[in-house]
Amino acid sequence: MNRPVLEVRDLTKVYGTGEATVHALRGVSLTVQRGDYVAIMGSSGSGKSTLMNILGALDVPSDGTYLLDGVDVSRLADRQLALARNRLIGFIFQAFNLIPRTSAVANVELPLAYAGVKPKERRRRALAALDVVGLADRARHEPNQLSGGQQQRVAVARALVTEPALLLADEPTGNLDSRSTEDVLNVFDQLNASGRTIVLITHETEVGDRAKRLIRLVDGRVIQDLRQSPILAGRHSR
Amino acid sequence: MSFYEVVRFALRGLSANKLRSSLTMLGILIGVAAVILLVAVGNGSAKAISDRIEALGTNTITVMSAGRGGSTNTALTEDMATGLTDTTLAPDVKSVSPVVSTSTTLTYGGTDHDVNAFVGTTPGWFAASNTPVGSGAAFTADDEAQGRRVVVIGQTVAQELFPGLSPLNKQITVGGALFTVVGVLQEKSSTGFQDSNDTAIAPLTAVRQVLTGYGALNSILVEAKNPDKVDAVQSEVATVLNEKMGLAPTTSSANAPYRIQNASQLLQTQTQTADTFTTLLGAVAAISLLVGGIGITNIMLVTVTERTREIGIRKALGAPRRVILTQFLIEATLLSVIGGALGVAAALIGSRFSIVGVKPVIVPSSIALALGVSIAIGLFFGGLPASRAARLRPIDALRYE
Repeated sequence: MNRPVLEVRDLTKVYGTGEATVHALRGVSLTVQRGDYVAIMGSSGSGKSTLMNILGALDVPSDGTYLLDGVDVSRLADRQLALARNRLIGFIFQAFNLIPRTSAVANVELPLAYAGVKPKERRRRALAALDVVGLADRARHEPNQLSGGQQQRVAVARALVTEPALLLADEPTGNLDSRSTEDVLNVFDQLNASGRTIVLITHETEVGDRAKRLIRLVDGRVIQDLRQSPILAGRHSR
Repeated sequence: MSFYEVVRFALRGLSANKLRSSLTMLGILIGVAAVILLVAVGNGSAKAISDRIEALGTNTITVMSAGRGGSTNTALTEDMATGLTDTTLAPDVKSVSPVVSTSTTLTYGGTDHDVNAFVGTTPGWFAASNTPVGSGAAFTADDEAQGRRVVVIGQTVAQELFPGLSPLNKQITVGGALFTVVGVLQEKSSTGFQDSNDTAIAPLTAVRQVLTGYGALNSILVEAKNPDKVDAVQSEVATVLNEKMGLAPTTSSANAPYRIQNASQLLQTQTQTADTFTTLLGAVAAISLLVGGIGITNIMLVTVTERTREIGIRKALGAPRRVILTQFLIEATLLSVIGGALGVAAALIGSRFSIVGVKPVIVPSSIALALGVSIAIGLFFGGLPASRAARLRPIDALRYE
């Protein structure tokens, strides 16, 4: 069964009405297969964030279809939508979006709690996910006691703890210095190597170079869809 | 996700923001406590007023001379007092106590004490004027008939003349004569500026003999058979007095040479005053409840709205609307219930102290009202923004600043 993880057709998104109408997306079609590593690049205002929010089921398109793991997301009710966000998607934000004053491990446990996993199992899997991102020793720290890179890695652990089909990252390195960027990208390389599907958006070429496939977005349209051989971490500076 | 888990989430949410949670609770606490205490103070002062009036006796009337000087026409005499005991002319009278009163100096073992009201009367006065004897006994009708020099003293007099001693059977000097203390009155609440415990009561005959002489009476205390008969007694007394003084039977009280004071009328007036007072305080309480409610509304709205972003994160992680709503409702419930309960506790503690001279008396319904209103407001204004935020698309909640 070779069903694509993600398939969008003729996606459009319009904000506002009348004079103030903004066409953020003007018919984007895109298919992502299991195990792929896709980087979406574009300048600010190109619609890449809008696309990402729709892919993450955080926002709804004005028109077009979105099949997530073969399910039409636009037809889901709130309850099923919550389930889809919980089980199928791991979303990583540019601003980390950890719950404040809550320990790293509790943050990572959160999606599992909403999935109904038992507390003991939850703790075990959360610690395992933190181990994957190399932060097992910081499990008890609260977000404000962690550096930006560490916070983003906690967010990555939170995104992958439910073992979703799709990892979505909205400018995951946008708020990070080069060293932390490297840490986070290494985690992504590892995850992709172990078979996870990753879609990220970025405006930094060195981040885009690490992906297997590069999509360029201008004015809400895909203008380039390129398969490339990723530049591996070893060849990158450090 | 089980309900128990949601409760744990709510508790974690509250403990993650201890300062905010405690300030919210403080706001609710003050709102609730203020309403309960205000009503309690109002109720307490109303009660104090009616207690003081009741202490005067509710089924008595007092006849006083309205005349100036000692003109025989206007003076109250013992003969008039006796006339009032006539069962055919005044069938509703239970007892009549003629009263003379003067101020004098009491001396015991070198200690002097000036007493404002040294009262000479008959034994029936104690019951009629609602002035029970605490220790010892009142003097008897026999003492009165024989003119024995015995005296019952008030608490203030006892403390002044006999500090730390039992005054019973001690002899005090009054106007050059020795009086034996046979009893001490119970502590009585004061009716005004005068200390009603600063008094001494002796048989009418003895007081007249030693102090006042055999002139006019100061007043006559007439006790009705029951409080409903006070008005009847008043007219009976007027008839008898008019006859004794040789006035026309129809002479109205306004130009009669005596005045009749009716404690039950006084009580009625004062009860109306107290009712007005209670209404006024109810209005004040309603306003403070409103103000407190707006305060709680404000705190709840800010607390939840500030967390819209957090709600967005939780939704993005796959929290169903119901779970988010339940969590925030439980948080709001805990805050309002704990804050409200602490407010009730604070009000109960506060009511143990007297506030600006008034001993507050808690009105149970005010507790229910204050608690009910603040919990309802807390739940509504905690739940409303939470449900609004939970209904938002995650991206809109996340963008909320």
